[in-house]
Amino acid sequence: MAGSRGRGRSQFTFNVDALGFGRGDSLPTSAQTPSPLFPPMQFRPVPLQTGEEVDYMLALKQELRASSKNLPFHIKAARTKTDVARYSDKYQNGELKNNCIEWSPDWSRMPKELCIKVRKPRKTAIGAKPQLKQKPKVAAKKEEVLQKLETLEKREEEQHSEEEEDEEKKKQNDEEEGPDADEDYDEEEIEDETDYIMSYFDNGEDFGADSDDNMDEAVY
Amino acid sequence: MTAQEVRLCGLLLQEHFGDVVEKVGTHLIRSGVLTLRALAHETKLPLDLVKKSLCVLMQHGMCAFGAGRRGPAGPVEYHIICERILHMLRYPRYIYTAKSLYGDTGELIVEEILQRGQMTMSSTVKTVADRLTHNMPEGQSMDYSEVVSAFSRLVETHFLQRCPPMASAESSSSGADNTPLPAVTQPTEPEDHPECYKLPYINLTGQGKRRRSSEDGEADPRAAKKAKTDSSERGDEGIYWQVNFQRFHLHFRDQAIISAVSCKLDQTSSEIVRTMLRMSEVTTPTHAAFTQALSANEIFRALPSSYNIARPILDQYLTLLVDDPMEFVGKTGDSGGGMFGSRSARIFRLLLRKRHLEQKQVEDFAMVPAKEAKDMLYTLLSENLVQLQEIPKTPDYAPSRTFYLYTVNQLPTARLLLQHCYKTVGNLIERRLYETKENKRLLEKSQRIEAILASLQATGAEAAQLTEVEEMITAPERQQLESLRHHINKLDSSENQVDETIFLLESYINSTQAPR
Repeated sequence: MAGSRGRGRSQFTFNVDALGFGRGDSLPTSAQTPSPLFPPMQFRPVPLQTGEEVDYMLALKQELRASSKNLPFHIKAARTKTDVARYSDKYQNGELKNNCIEWSPDWSRMPKELCIKVRKPRKTAIGAKPQLKQKPKVAAKKEEVLQKLETLEKREEEQHSEEEEDEEKKKQNDEEEGPDADEDYDEEEIEDETDYIMSYFDNGEDFGADSDDNMDEAVY
Repeated sequence: MTAQEVRLCGLLLQEHFGDVVEKVGTHLIRSGVLTLRALAHETKLPLDLVKKSLCVLMQHGMCAFGAGRRGPAGPVEYHIICERILHMLRYPRYIYTAKSLYGDTGELIVEEILQRGQMTMSSTVKTVADRLTHNMPEGQSMDYSEVVSAFSRLVETHFLQRCPPMASAESSSSGADNTPLPAVTQPTEPEDHPECYKLPYINLTGQGKRRRSSEDGEADPRAAKKAKTDSSERGDEGIYWQVNFQRFHLHFRDQAIISAVSCKLDQTSSEIVRTMLRMSEVTTPTHAAFTQALSANEIFRALPSSYNIARPILDQYLTLLVDDPMEFVGKTGDSGGGMFGSRSARIFRLLLRKRHLEQKQVEDFAMVPAKEAKDMLYTLLSENLVQLQEIPKTPDYAPSRTFYLYTVNQLPTARLLLQHCYKTVGNLIERRLYETKENKRLLEKSQRIEAILASLQATGAEAAQLTEVEEMITAPERQQLESLRHHINKLDSSENQVDETIFLLESYINSTQAPR
């Protein structure tokens, strides 16, 4: 054993050059930069599967994503009021209040502290559209119409006749839109006050807010 | 909850429920258990938003509540069930499975229940009938009874189950639907409830409604068998149904096993395995590592007649299946191929089979030249996919006199790969969000133009106007849109496929850990 120790001493089982330094040299300094963000890959990835099944599931996935944005479970925080109340607020987004819930869960299955009381609709000074009492989405159309009529009757004396017209139009429009838009106010169909389609309207609030970081363009 | 899982959960919540729910959800995952006020305080969100988010999460079964540490008198505490959030990745697969088993009706039922978390049977039936009616040609409509029968079939095969009844200390009145239970403050497991798969007796007649049809489809008010005192019209208030994910997972697992067998052996043997699995569907508990023992006679009788398998052939196949070393449970080997090349995959598989090997043996068995083998082994080692086991010949661990054996630890490796998968899906989602954000302006423009086109067509405009509107999108923009769509499709498709791997790894890990 002593003899073989000397014979095999200076031989390595691998190619020494691959290490990057020779015998007796100091170890190379460590790299100071972080590793590259997209390191080059040695092997190409396995190609994606194709086929009818795959395409169908892809379509399903995209549909689910799109439709979940319209469900009441998609919660958007109410925008905090900016400096002054504007005339356009009346026609802009439907009031997103934090303290109303757009669908009614079964409160008996949840802790009492989570219960959010739905406020009865009331008229505000600028004549905003009243919020109807939220019914379960899947109530029969007829029931819903009856209910709406009932709530309207209750508030008949407080209401402007113009508001009632709005409600009727809205009900009809709601039936056109289908279940998803029941609780949404469709600004596009407000035909009594403006001729403009609301989604085109840009009140310029977002004008100066963004694109401040792109200083390449000259600002006149 | 690992960091990757938390990140993925956050992205999924944001995608489906918005930023607010995402913030609340991720905070609750990280903190474990919190009360409502603590949660609102720490996330600095208004209390109402927090309440709404918790309601959303509970509706979908992702959040559960229980009595706090101070007992029933103290505030309620909430915690998140992370695996339910991760199941959201798999929704398209569930829906597709329902479609392939029960047709369009089944597909829509499962889709509705998945999107809304929990639903009563009557509301599901109505919504689905309406949707189906909408897609049918004018004049036809979908009868409720068909939808009800599809629903019943789904419940019979356990794909849908009732939501467990709650009897929390805080719940108020509607004790009408339960005999007074002891003050259980935790929601119960669905399987514990004996009525889990019992259909409520509802009398729902009618047909799906088109919009604006004035058809009267109201059911006669009739109390349900379980004597609900709140007399709703359909008679099943308070009974909510949810998707039974375990059952779907069993189905996927069976599918994976059958396809593996048919790849490895042949079609006939896969039929045999399918029959065995179907027979033991109801008798085997969900997490069992092996199905119940079945005699060859039973299998023979249960085989579908179209295959004409004679008895001796069946015996031969069974012997073959038994002798096969693959064992059909773990699939940790296949993921190694992509990143390291197919030869590394060969080495990996070899190590899986032979358990422990010396370097020289690896070269011989895998038929890979020595230098390459060394290189690959060291790469695999640095990625922690293989481990080195030292077996000394002498008490001092002299390198020249020690055996170095390479081996694969399946369970930790599987966990490692699973975390990689979660990270991958997170990256895919983020990349998709980034792509969408970059091209937001273009996407909005194209949406607006589509809306204009649709409204023009509805009002019957002439072709010249339509082409004029279409030209508002220039050709390079069109190209950009096209490539954007292509990218997003690819990213989405990859998510679906990585999810298949995630499913395999998760079931492997769960079934290996179960006996402990």
